Amino acid sequence: MWNWEYTIKILPEILAALKITISATFVAFLVALVVGLMLTLARRSHFRPLSLTAHGFVEFVRSTPLLVQLYFIFYVLPEYGLSLSPFIAGVIGLGLHYSTYLSEVYRGGIESIPPGQWEAAKALNFSPLDTWRKIILPQSIPPVIPVMGNYLITMFKETPILSAITLVEIMQTAKMLGSHSFRYLEAFTIVGVLFLVLSYSSSLMVRRLEVRLNLR
Amino acid sequence: MSVPLKLIYNEDPTRSNGNDARKATVRPIVTYNNISKSYGDLQVLKNIDLEIAPGEKVALIGPSGSGKTTLARLLMTLEEPTSGTIEVEGDMLWHRRVNDKLVKANEKHLHQVRGNIGMVFQHFNLFPHMTILRNVMEAPRNVLGLSKEEAKKRAITILEQVGLSNKIDAYPAQLSGGQKQRVAIARALVMRPKVMLFDEPTSALDPELVGEVLEVIKAIATEGEMAMLLITHEMDFARDVADRILFFDQGRIVEQGPPKKMFNNPESERLQTFLSRFNRH
Repeated sequence: MWNWEYTIKILPEILAALKITISATFVAFLVALVVGLMLTLARRSHFRPLSLTAHGFVEFVRSTPLLVQLYFIFYVLPEYGLSLSPFIAGVIGLGLHYSTYLSEVYRGGIESIPPGQWEAAKALNFSPLDTWRKIILPQSIPPVIPVMGNYLITMFKETPILSAITLVEIMQTAKMLGSHSFRYLEAFTIVGVLFLVLSYSSSLMVRRLEVRLNLR
Repeated sequence: MSVPLKLIYNEDPTRSNGNDARKATVRPIVTYNNISKSYGDLQVLKNIDLEIAPGEKVALIGPSGSGKTTLARLLMTLEEPTSGTIEVEGDMLWHRRVNDKLVKANEKHLHQVRGNIGMVFQHFNLFPHMTILRNVMEAPRNVLGLSKEEAKKRAITILEQVGLSNKIDAYPAQLSGGQKQRVAIARALVMRPKVMLFDEPTSALDPELVGEVLEVIKAIATEGEMAMLLITHEMDFARDVADRILFFDQGRIVEQGPPKKMFNNPESERLQTFLSRFNRH
């Protein structure tokens, strides 16, 4: 049955691991945000080798499981001289995987800009860089922020998969505690509650953000 | 079409001809040389030769799909010609002459020549995420490299001229169509182009808002210095403002001339038919 004493005993360890979970989420999300935008711009490029490479990368990543990609980065790359820590390998794998989805989100935002905006920019002789910086991106990114927020939450819930490449985040911590004491109930309940509370409150914040952006 | 003006920039010094006297003649600010434009199988412009003198106000009239807008868009570098060349102040727009060969121009060259041309669109195309002031200031700052204060000064002056100085902190969404178009005109004007293109500037406006925009365009025309290419269905306005009217039909210039002659004595049957539709109003 539920043991509160045991619960309080294991809580600090799980909370310590929560820092890993949260930092892995945010670093991976940052990777996805940056690489995602680069992919979107590369796919639109008139320079065919670039656009084809970007397309190929996206198709490859979206067609293979995240777990396989993580194994590759963590277990296979060292054979070719690139050894990464579980955290680095994890955020790269998770970040690159989700960059392909965020790339689609960016693309949707950019393609929703009316062609007249591009034409007005050209008529005023804006450079391509300034057209992006001042006119296109400022209009295309705010509408997609809520969707990006949802992806952040998704990536947060995806972090337990990083335990497969030995990253000790909260789920792996709970598992280790459980196998040590043969009590799994408290550990996994704590982890479940943590995910629930953090994900749900984040989704509420995303919804509030959505409302605030619409009102502008 | 009229050939003589082109001889001014004939680069061969050994050819002397009676046209040397024409060097005193003013060089056209825009020249379309045998311009054609096709979209796949559809040929929208057919071998257009056209010269526009500096400061000249030219109105393009004609049925929808006759190629008027395409002609303007080619000059604004929004479309690429299928064949032929365009010159702006003697500089070729879409091409460069490299060792006696015509080579397609790169973005750097286009950027240089494009600065002489401005355009006002039928659907305004204001930047919705910027205030009116910023809409007008942004290009002078980023493209012309003006300081913030200088750009702001220029913008406010122009916005006063179009009668919108009380709206500088508003956003486009808060303005009426007529006000939006006046902002669009200010935004294009502040860049001081040598040629300004107006692509049906009042066609998307409610009738009661058309007048305020036409007034602004007329004031600009009266000031003199800028050549204007005005695509419009407002015949009275065209007659009022234009030095020359071009009647387009099916990708060709069917007839051209001064407004009086074009409207009172149309020569071609097609122009007569076209104009008759307007007299019924």
